[in-house]
Amino acid sequence: MVPTRDEYESALEFRHGKDNQRKFAEATVAICGLGGLGSNIAICLARAGIGKLILIDFDVVDVSNLHRQQYKASQVGMYKTEALKENLLEINPYITIESRTVRMTEDNTVKLVSEADIVCEAFDKAECKAMVVNAVLTYFKDKIIVSGSGMAGFSSANAIVTKKLSNRFYMCGDGVSDVNDGIGLIASRVMVCAAHEAHIVLRLLMGEQTP
Amino acid sequence: MVFVNGNEQAASGKTVEDIINEMNIDKRTIAVELNEEIVSKADYDKTILKDEDVLEVVSFVGGG
Repeated sequence: MVPTRDEYESALEFRHGKDNQRKFAEATVAICGLGGLGSNIAICLARAGIGKLILIDFDVVDVSNLHRQQYKASQVGMYKTEALKENLLEINPYITIESRTVRMTEDNTVKLVSEADIVCEAFDKAECKAMVVNAVLTYFKDKIIVSGSGMAGFSSANAIVTKKLSNRFYMCGDGVSDVNDGIGLIASRVMVCAAHEAHIVLRLLMGEQTP
Repeated sequence: MVFVNGNEQAASGKTVEDIINEMNIDKRTIAVELNEEIVSKADYDKTILKDEDVLEVVSFVGGG
């Protein structure tokens, strides 16, 4: 039995507190890239009852994604935006999800994230990460960007931290473990980084600014 | 003295572009903040550092 909206909301209020839950429900968060970071961030935020999630990715689910990304074998070949939307609504049917199946560029970033209070950078490539961070900080004066950099490999999960680089720029990761060094991406370590990103989003929405 | 990624450097008078070039990093994979404000890429060569400035050059690595 799927719980009613009231039942769901009461359960969240019980866990998070009524005030916090209201802030979560009123928030809009954009997630840029729906791979290992983005799909896991989205699941955390959907479970927390964030009112609106904007999911941005151009790609389709591939069999090579299944070891760390929140998709099912039956969803291989689907657009990640559509597959993740389906999965998130199964978890929490009472949030709003907007899927934008498009490749993010310097030109469309402003339009894609304009509604968001907080933007999560969750791309795979370093230049895409830099692009969206630069665009959000340059073209908006009020939005916060949360980014992930350095989570590849089997190194200690304890090396992954959240840093506040400035009032509107938070960075999660160990800062150095580069997938291009041939160390692979491991679900558990990527999920630690994704959880850091999701957690600072919740803290910021509650009004906490320390990482 | 200028604080570059937390380290004091005799960098006053240099531009942000000079510092980036000295670091030998890929400009496409960085974000630069000067005194906690973003420096847009178009301004790297126009932004001159002065004493007490705090410069953070954030270099992203791949994986996600």
